[in-house]
Formats: sequence, structure tokens, C-alpha cells
Amino acid sequence: MDEKTIYFLWDSLQYLINGIAQGSIYALIALGYTMVYGIIRFINFAHGEFLMLGAMAGFFSLAAGYSFQVSFIIAMLSAGLVAIIVERFLYRPIRKSGRIPALITAIGASLFFQYSFQIMFGAEPKQIPPFMAEKRYFLGQIDISNIDIVIFSVTILVLLFLWWLTHFTKLGKAMRATSFDLNAAELMGINTNNIITFTFFLGACLAGLGGMLLSYKMPIDPMMGTNLGLKAFVSAVVGGIGLMPGAALGGYILGIAENFVSGFYKSSYRDGVSFLILILILLIKPAGILGKNKKEKV
Amino acid sequence: MEILFNDYTLNIVVITGIFIILSLSLNLINGLCGQFSLGHAGFFGVGAYGSAFFSVYYALNVPSQVNMVMAMAIGFIIASFCGLIIGGVCLRLRGDYLAIATLGFGEILRIIFMNTDQVGGPRGFTDIPKWANIYWVYVAVVLVTILMLNLKKSAFGRAIVSIREDEIAAENMGVNLFGYKLFAFSFGAGLAGVAGALYAHTQSFLHPESFNFMWSVIILVMVILGGLGSVTGSIIGAIILMIIPEALRFFGHDISSLRMTIFALLLIGLMLLRPNGIFGTFEWGEKRRQKQKLLALQASGEKSGGGI
Repeated sequence: MDEKTIYFLWDSLQYLINGIAQGSIYALIALGYTMVYGIIRFINFAHGEFLMLGAMAGFFSLAAGYSFQVSFIIAMLSAGLVAIIVERFLYRPIRKSGRIPALITAIGASLFFQYSFQIMFGAEPKQIPPFMAEKRYFLGQIDISNIDIVIFSVTILVLLFLWWLTHFTKLGKAMRATSFDLNAAELMGINTNNIITFTFFLGACLAGLGGMLLSYKMPIDPMMGTNLGLKAFVSAVVGGIGLMPGAALGGYILGIAENFVSGFYKSSYRDGVSFLILILILLIKPAGILGKNKKEKV
Repeated sequence: MEILFNDYTLNIVVITGIFIILSLSLNLINGLCGQFSLGHAGFFGVGAYGSAFFSVYYALNVPSQVNMVMAMAIGFIIASFCGLIIGGVCLRLRGDYLAIATLGFGEILRIIFMNTDQVGGPRGFTDIPKWANIYWVYVAVVLVTILMLNLKKSAFGRAIVSIREDEIAAENMGVNLFGYKLFAFSFGAGLAGVAGALYAHTQSFLHPESFNFMWSVIILVMVILGGLGSVTGSIIGAIILMIIPEALRFFGHDISSLRMTIFALLLIGLMLLRPNGIFGTFEWGEKRRQKQKLLALQASGEKSGGGI
């Protein structure tokens, strides 16, 4: 092999690793979208704002001098609690009116959080104080940061936890039943309202966790949720919305593709490639890579 | 006009007019035909950039009015062509998936503007000639409104409403689903392109961020707020959504975040109270016309001396 090919291979490997780190965060956020969609067929446009809320809460708890373990828990719980409030007082009353009013309400909630946070905490980006010293490992030509490793392992642990939760607990069984058929689940004695609220809570906790992990890599501001939420949503659709493994798969595909495009071509096209993948997937397999196509009945 | 408005309020009135055209055109796709599109700002942008590209680089040596008409025609043609391609690709999908696919295309269009140097890229497209003014905008608003009101009552309008109500039933009645959907989609996109041409030539500056996903959402909110399918609703929805943020400005100039917060709360409150929009399916003057029709029918029935 000549020198050029070798460099190309090293570069590819490096972008692959960066992509996996980025994709892990997309996957964490996408899980929340996918769980909510799986249960009530509702695209929660305010999900990106839960991520921002988590990151903000984490920032202030770190600034108040709490240790980073406590801050992570605060970030997750505050995002989760806000999600419970939003679900209980906004989404639940409107759930019966159909999906379009629900969609507009979600957009309203998203705008509300963005701008009220701008009023309270200012629009300028904030840098979270590092909770962990950054170490870089060099393997040949590639450079891996310990933070990327942490992000990746946290995502894998979360996925394993969710798999355990949905397949080996009573609560998980109720969640799967609700997502399979809401009315039938209710007839079987499952309190579906509680299950829906819990799903929102869990999804928002994961978004808060994702926000906290992400804040190590970039500064946080009240508008950060929009773009990331959109990307995570695209990941969920690419993998197959409603399916948890799909969210993870979609997140990794998007993260890796974006890093390859911005590495080898132009960074201004990185958003474009995500949407291109989205459209290709929707055309070839509208239910997503792992989804099953359903025929509509008369 | 100049006595009534200062430059600032005049510009708001102009932009409100442009958004009335946009919400009417989305109402055709989303309200009447029932195809959930979230990429409308993309077509708006295509019309704006396309027509501005013509007027900056290829303007003919004729009076500016003629050039402006040509710019609007170019905006319409380019945007409806994009609508034809994107619709042809996406309209096989339904519901949420269609919304997501159009969203993706809208964002791709924006990224193309961002990366094209001839139209300014991320710096924005400057020095577009100011050929249009408030009269141009409102003549277009009136024409589009008349067009939409008539379209709703035409055979085409009835066909696309039947698609919205039940695709399978419409297909069984002999409605060409894909053809009608595609026509409604690309025609709506073309009208958005006209709005884009007016926007480019009244503001004389374009920036890719003016056509991002959030603007598609705002146009959609205008349509839904007024009442899906109602022309009256789309117009009122656009006016309300453009006026509220500006009216809230009177509480103070530096509190743009506060007015957006209030705006968000109003949006949520309105949806909780009136989930079908302010007007629902109400159309101004429709009830009166139906009554007249009924009376005429009864009169003719009496003349022939029998029941209907």
C-alpha cells in the first residue's frame, strides 16, 4: 500500500471513532423520541428542550459546588420532572383531540422553554467546568479521548438497562403492552396513563444524561435543543421509530456519516448528509431500517 | 400610505401579506389535500433565491415592473418544479413519515443555499433590487385568495378534499390519488415561490436561516391556528401570528425573549381551548351562500309544482 492509502485508512478509523462518540449522544436522545412515539404515536418536539434543561440543571449544580455524580443525577431528575409536568398538564388534555393539535402544543412548549430560559439565564453559551480530566490515548495514528470512551460505555449501559427494563420487569411488560395496543392494555388492568407518564419521564432522563455528556464537548445555551433534537429525531426515524435498538442504530449511522462527510468533504454539509440518509431510508423502507412495514386496512 | 405607516410598521404589513400567501398555499397542501408538509419554508426559499438570482445576474433591460413580473414567474416555476420533484419522491409516504421527509428536503434546500457562493452562502444574498412594494404584495394576496376560494369549489378542490377525508374511498370513486396530490403539492409550492419572490424584492436581503425548519413550523401553525382547510382561517391565522409578536413589542423593546415566551403560552392556550383552530372549517360567507342556494332550490321546486 502506498502512503496515501495508509493515511486514508487511518483517517477513516479516526472519523469512525469520532462518529461513534457523536452517535452515542444522538442515540441517547433518540431513545426518548422512540419510546414516546412507540407508545402514543406522538412526535414530542419538546424533547430537545429536555436535553437543554438537563444540561442547564447540571451546569448550575456543578456551579453550586456539588460533585459531578450528584450533578448527573440532578440533571437527569430535573429533566424527568419537567417532562412529567409537561405531559400531565399539556399533552394529556390534548391527547384526545388528534395529533395535529398535540404537535402544535409540543412546538409551543419547545418555544416556551427556549425563550423563558433565555430570560432567566441569558442567551450566551456557558462552558461546564470539566468533571473529569481529559486524557488522550494514541493508538498508531488515532487519538481517542477518555471522555469519548465514557460516553460510549454509558450509552451501552443505558441500552442494556432499557433492554432489561422492558423484557424482565413487570413495568416493562406493561410498557410493551401499552405500545402494542393501548386500549387492550387498559382493559387488561394496566394504568396506561401512568405508563405514558413514566415513559416521558424515562425518555427525558436519558435526554438530560445526553445533555450532560454533550456539555463536556461543547458549550451549552438555551437554543441547543433544537438542532440536536432534530438530529436525534432523524436518527430515531432512520433506525425505525418506536423501536429502541433502531434508535441506537440510527444514532450511530448518523454520527458516523456526519463525521465522514465533514472529515473528507466539507463540514457545512454534515447536516445535509443526515437528511439525505433520512430521505433515502424513508423511500426504501418507510418504517426505518429495523421497522416492519404495515399494510393499511380498509 | 406613507401618512398611515412609518417604515417599520409598513414592513410588518408587507411581511404579513407575504405570510398570508404562504399560509394560503400551505392550506392547499395541508388543509385541503391533507398532506402533512413540513418543508414549506424550503419552497419559499427556492422562490426567493431563484428570483433574486435572476434579478441580480440576468435582469433584462426593461422597466422594473416587467422584470418583477418575470421574477415572480421564475419564483413560481422554480418552486413548483422543486415541488414536483420532491412531491414525486415523497408523496408515496403518508402522515408523519411524509412530514418528516418534507422536513428533510426543506433542510437540504437550506443547506444548498448555505453552500452556494453565487447567492452569498452563509453571508446572505445582498443587493437584490427593490422592485416590489406593498401594492405588489397585496394585489398578489387578493389574487391568491380569489384563486383559493374558487379552487375550493371546483372539481379539483372537491377531489383533493375527498383525498383528505378518505384516500381509499376517493380512489374507488375514480380520483387519481397520486396525480391530484402531486398537482396540489407542486401548485402550493409554486405559490410559496411567488411569496418568496415578493419577499426577496421587498427586503432586498436574503439569509439561509430565514428559511429553516422553524419557519416551516410557523407557517404550519398559521394554517392550523386559523382552522385546517379554511381560507378565512389561514388569512386570519397569518395575521394573528405576525401581529402578536409585534404587538407584544410595545411592552418594551429589549424583551424579545419575553414576547416569544408570551407567544408560546398563547399558542399552547389556544390549542388547549380550541384544538381545531379558531375558525375550524368555517368559511366566511359560505353559510349565507348555502342558504341562498337552498331558497332558490325550494323556489324552483314550487314552480314545477312538486317536491324536489
